Amino acid sequence: MNKLNLDQNMIQDSRRLAKQIAIDVQKFIDQHTTVTVERTVCRLLGIDGVDSFDVPIPNLLVDDVQNNGDLSRGIALTIASALQATGKNLPDFISAYLLGTVKLCGHPYVSCDQVRQILDPYMQVTFAKIKENRDTRDAFLLAYPQPKTEIYVIVATGNIYEDIVQAKAAATAGADIIAVIRSTAQSLLDYVPYGITTEGFGGTYATQANFKLMRAALDEVSKTEKRYIKLVNYASGLCMPEIAAMAAIERLDVLLNDSMYGIIFRDINMQRTFVDQYFSRRINAYSGVVINTGEDNYLTTSDAFTQAHTVLASQFINEQFAYCAGLPSKLMGLGHAFEIDPEIENSFLYEIAQAQMCREIFPQAPLKYMPPTKHITGNIFRAYEQNALFNIATTMTDQSIHLLGMMTEAIHTPFLSDRYLAIQNAKMIKKSMKSFSDEVSYRPDGLICNRAKDVLRQAHELLEEIAQMSLFKALEQGVFADIKRSFTGGKGLTGVLEKHPDYQNPVLDYIEGVSHEN
Amino acid sequence: MKIKPYGDTSNDGKVQLSFTLPIKIGALGMEAAKQLGKQMGLIDPSVVSMEAIGENFSFYIVYGSVTHQIDLSLLKVAEITTPTFDKEAVEKLIADHFDRDLVFIGASTGTDAHTVGIDAIMNMKGYAGHYGLERYAGIKAYNLGSQVPNEVFIREAKRLHADVLLISQTVTQKDVHLKNMVELVELLEAEHMRNDVILVCGGARISHELAKELGYDAGFGPGKFAEDVASFAVLELIRKKNKTKK
Ligand code: B12
Repeated sequence: MNKLNLDQNMIQDSRRLAKQIAIDVQKFIDQHTTVTVERTVCRLLGIDGVDSFDVPIPNLLVDDVQNNGDLSRGIALTIASALQATGKNLPDFISAYLLGTVKLCGHPYVSCDQVRQILDPYMQVTFAKIKENRDTRDAFLLAYPQPKTEIYVIVATGNIYEDIVQAKAAATAGADIIAVIRSTAQSLLDYVPYGITTEGFGGTYATQANFKLMRAALDEVSKTEKRYIKLVNYASGLCMPEIAAMAAIERLDVLLNDSMYGIIFRDINMQRTFVDQYFSRRINAYSGVVINTGEDNYLTTSDAFTQAHTVLASQFINEQFAYCAGLPSKLMGLGHAFEIDPEIENSFLYEIAQAQMCREIFPQAPLKYMPPTKHITGNIFRAYEQNALFNIATTMTDQSIHLLGMMTEAIHTPFLSDRYLAIQNAKMIKKSMKSFSDEVSYRPDGLICNRAKDVLRQAHELLEEIAQMSLFKALEQGVFADIKRSFTGGKGLTGVLEKHPDYQNPVLDYIEGVSHEN
Repeated sequence: MKIKPYGDTSNDGKVQLSFTLPIKIGALGMEAAKQLGKQMGLIDPSVVSMEAIGENFSFYIVYGSVTHQIDLSLLKVAEITTPTFDKEAVEKLIADHFDRDLVFIGASTGTDAHTVGIDAIMNMKGYAGHYGLERYAGIKAYNLGSQVPNEVFIREAKRLHADVLLISQTVTQKDVHLKNMVELVELLEAEHMRNDVILVCGGARISHELAKELGYDAGFGPGKFAEDVASFAVLELIRKKNKTKK
């Protein structure tokens, strides 16, 4: 597809620069681990549940090693050594540990080979489960092939049971993908809440039990609707890899999983986020989960017209980080958005230029296209019109994941009817304009082609600058979303550790070693 | 004066409404929608559209005429009555009345991560062509960002000897903002600071009326900019200063 006649050399060179930027950070990543990475190791070994104070057991173990042992060697070493010394299997050991009859730390360390030997049986159980989930998903997708553009809506009641009612109604009305928005501030919790939850603010807690309930409900509608309804949650915040692990186990299909979102929008420390995103993406690659990146958010804090190139530059970087983590293009749902102020003359043409540009630069990626949000006001009728324009842009430029705009965006999280009306809006446009994109081409010297060229050129320039100063410095200077973050500022830095030369992580070693035919 | 909604003739009282009922689409739902309209005070409600949402829900659009009317002379509205000056006029007011810079500190507090609102008010570049407080001569503006706990906010207010505290709240679901905003007032009172500061809040769903109810001096919603809050706060500070002089 080449309607915009974009400069292919410039695209290639942008990729080269982005790769250089990502590899530079990857060196840092490879030398570090974090508390949530280690908790994820626990989870993938099959350790789950909470103690009598509701503290998740992975947190108990990791905190214990951080205080009384050496976490920089990896929790796997400590666990394997404890199993060896006590002669217990893992479940028995955990029960005894909770009763206080055995200690986790202080046992003589076993060898590297022994760690693998002792823990392998446990992690293979989890990996078999994840593999089975992949097969189930593949079977669903074979039975019900997915449309070119998938309709994505969110539910966010705070109560998982209420969410299920709304998700089913949305799926029946035509939604292909359901995202359960997380409760306000979950991203800043340095643990994953446990169990079924019915109270949340602006969203519902992401817990493994909630994942399971929603997945079962959507499987049910998938069968009656004869469409595989995908489930989305957020692997972002302070527990990125843990959420990815839980999602893999419960067969989620899509995860919000940006390499920089937490840094920029949640003030999470950048060292922490970079290390966490890597492990989380490794898990996503293994479980076949599509990631969604968060570039669309940049345009909510900075101007969507003047800063469009920051979105593209960031997509190039996100793409390279994803490659570093073994994700193939077809799992990279790079994000972008329709956020230009509609008061700007020809704003729709600029939107088309940007959306088409994105489509052409990332032809294999299941692009996530976000609706207008920032310039939506309480005038729901105007919002419905803005959303129609957005839906037209989506269809004209063949976007993949079509996140529907709600006419009540400026008011509340969507009502059942808001979602229904949004789906009707999208479906009518999709149907009435079905072959439109095959019919149109753009004037080579016109507004649209020129806009796309400009944005690409600016993105390339920005990548050159970032490559020169390093991504860490660029974030300190606030290149994305006009938000500045310092190397040692933000939340979660105390959970970052430099790896000991003898660091052990058999789980990561295993998934790094396995290459799926993605 | 008494008024009614205007459709296409004076006093016809026409309104439109839409809602979802948790029942399968059908004649029963249609009748339920109509009766609901009647109970809401509509004469002759007309269900003009009915559609199925999933299996167990149905969506209705209803038109009708309200019987109610509103006597405007009986209404009281909480409004900010002080005038809004432009940036230069505010700067002059400060220069004329104070021999020091006024300190404004602001944040999106509690668990709220939305910064665009408070940035619109405080940051140099401002919003929609209205410069922010950082650009005002005579004002020292400190924007603490988002997700700032009330305790931290108060600690900073003390440290910086703030004259004006600006709170932004965007997430209002399940009334999270109310709890957070009230907590700030209580903490300020416990620290004996409430009377020493001008306390102002703002956000998309914040009204002046709500602000007053919660113990704030003023509240600013959509369409309000730096000059609105600066004018209010500076006039309040001048009023306070004159009061203590007397
Ligand atoms: C941008 C945005 C985001 C961005 C924020 C980026 C950032 N750094 O700010 C991101 C993507 C991060 C985000 C996240 C979330 N968001 Co949000 N977001 C929005 C959005 C699209 C625009 C808000 C905005 O920037 N408006 C522009 C500014 C300029 O307007 P404003 O805030 O009203 O400010 C003006 C006035 O109110 C006033 N003002 C504001 N503050 C103050 C303070 C003072 C002192 C004064 C004087 C004046 C003043 O001055 C400003 C200029 O006129 C709105 C939808 C919408 N269109 O409104 C949803 C919205 C606000 N978000 C919402 C939600 C639920 C969330 C999340 C909780 C979702 C989730 N579950 O994760 C998270 C927040 C997590 C958290 N911990 O808070 C809901 C809130 C619903 C509700 N009423 O409770 C909305 C309405 C969307 C929706 N329909 O669901 N969001």
